[in-house]
Amino acid sequence: MVARGLTKRFGDFVAVDSVDFEIDRGESFGFLGPNGAGKTSTMKMISCTSPVSGGTLRVLGMDPAVDGTRIRARIGLVPQEDSLDLELTVLDNLMIYGRYFDLPRPLIRRRAQQLLEFAQLTDRADDRVDPLSGGMKRRLTIARSLISDPDLLILDEPTTGLDPQARHLLWDRLYRLKQEGKTLVITTHYMDEAEQLCDRLVVMDHGRFAAEGTPRELIERYSTREVVELRFRSGEHESVAHRLAGLAVRSEVLPDRLLLYTADGDATLSQVHAAGFTPESALVRRATLEDVFLRLTGRTLVD
Amino acid sequence: MATPLWVRALGYWAYQYRRTWRSSITTSFLYPVLYLAAIGVGLGSLIHHPVDGVRYVDFIAPGLLAATAMQIGSNEAMYPVMMGIKWWRTYFAMLATPLRVLDVLRGHLAWIAVRLTIVSVIYLAVVAAFGVARSPLAVLALPAAVATGTAFAAPIAAFSATQDKDVGFTTIYRFGLIPLFLFSGTFFPVTQLPGWLQPVADATPLYHGVSLCRGLVLGQLSLWPALGDALYLVALTAVGYLLARRTFTRRLVV
Ligand SMILES: Nc1ncnc2c1ncn2[C@@H]1O[C@H](COP(=O)(O)OP(=O)(O)OP(=O)(O)O)[C@@H](O)[C@H]1O
Ligand SMILES: [Mg+2]
Repeated sequence: MVARGLTKRFGDFVAVDSVDFEIDRGESFGFLGPNGAGKTSTMKMISCTSPVSGGTLRVLGMDPAVDGTRIRARIGLVPQEDSLDLELTVLDNLMIYGRYFDLPRPLIRRRAQQLLEFAQLTDRADDRVDPLSGGMKRRLTIARSLISDPDLLILDEPTTGLDPQARHLLWDRLYRLKQEGKTLVITTHYMDEAEQLCDRLVVMDHGRFAAEGTPRELIERYSTREVVELRFRSGEHESVAHRLAGLAVRSEVLPDRLLLYTADGDATLSQVHAAGFTPESALVRRATLEDVFLRLTGRTLVD
Repeated sequence: MATPLWVRALGYWAYQYRRTWRSSITTSFLYPVLYLAAIGVGLGSLIHHPVDGVRYVDFIAPGLLAATAMQIGSNEAMYPVMMGIKWWRTYFAMLATPLRVLDVLRGHLAWIAVRLTIVSVIYLAVVAAFGVARSPLAVLALPAAVATGTAFAAPIAAFSATQDKDVGFTTIYRFGLIPLFLFSGTFFPVTQLPGWLQPVADATPLYHGVSLCRGLVLGQLSLWPALGDALYLVALTAVGYLLARRTFTRRLVV
């Protein structure tokens, strides 16, 4: 997949502002970014469900404006908003979706059985979708996207609403799909997910890429190795941050805590104590993508 | 050979119908038959002189066929379209697969045509049992009824795709379908209307559907007016389809 100057406009509003990226076959590529960054708009363009407003886009080597049907035949899409038929049963939803791809019924039935197993919905196969819980519907949407055995899987916040066990099952499944040589494109608000799943990722903000690289590279480039998290009484963080500024490479004030970026967290924490500060709680940890995100967008990942 | 894309969309509606056919048979088939029994036979027994030269039951049976087609065609182009766009986003599920907007639209309209065919066939069989159909031309009342239904379905589908809520549908019923049902020649000849209203009734699609179906079922029709009716219905379907192409595309391609 290749995008050059890819742009999405809604009237005068620019949702995706001339971004460039390439995603190789068999790669798994992530889009992070705060709400409204333009992730979904990008996913819709690359899944050939929304026309590009500018730039060029090639998906599976084809032009979506010309070969949309042929491209979509090889894509599995998990949209951010579910589009299940609530009155039909779980199994019927899979059967119907498979028919859109013109797969023979016995094949759909066979795959549906395996996918329901994976989605842990086997015992709900003949129940209507409507009364299922939000997470179950999400799992069904994910299962449905796999019915056509797609080469390219595009997942827009696939695990929002899933419980931890279901998330791990999905990660495991996606990992295996990747090993089979499938290409994965994922958006997420969970940085552990991004670190687990993505070979490479971009951080989007206001329709542009703020950074691009492997999770490791991004952490090295935009953060220090360690972070000291300090919690003071609310309202004090701002003033404490000023007085501690000299102790860290960089500091960040959040509503409920103060983050100090430093190479050696334990040493910095001792200095904090030595300077006479007594935080209500203190924690030294390794830097994560969340810190990268905070640095680049000024916001926490889950907001 | 690959199944045509629009047929796959049609398949969805057919699949869905397996769940709802029982209740839909009641509304779309039983009601017209009840009307026919109550008004055509019951009330008709009090009407001793012929209406337009035939028994009253003969007069209203083909009219009810056209009116039922109008009702089904309209209804199927309202709430299910809203469902596809907003409530369940069924259309968007289709559009994530090889299907295109045109396939989604054609599949849906084709399904409405299938529904109209099913109901009309059953209804015509019942009418034949009532001894109303007296011409071999009655067979042609089937396509005439389907065309009556699509003449409503296509433009209404175009309208539905522009709506955000279902209040517009109530308005269509209140100021469109119900007056048409009552005053377009289904229950009495439009010549009974006040003079100034007759040209209005003449211009409505249901009037042309009723005339055509009645002429065919009773075997009383003259070629040119009948062709005019048919052309009117086909043209309205075509215009509706072209409009729906635009409104569907505007709504679904964002
Ligand atoms: N159909 C539309 N019409 C007008 N504006 C739109 C439309 N779809 C999206 N936008 C706008 O484009 C911007 C980007 O939206 P998008 O859904 O791509 O964000 P996102 O990164 O997916 O956010 P989230 O994390 O909340 O899902 C937002 O400001 C949104 O309001
Ligand atoms: Mg989104």
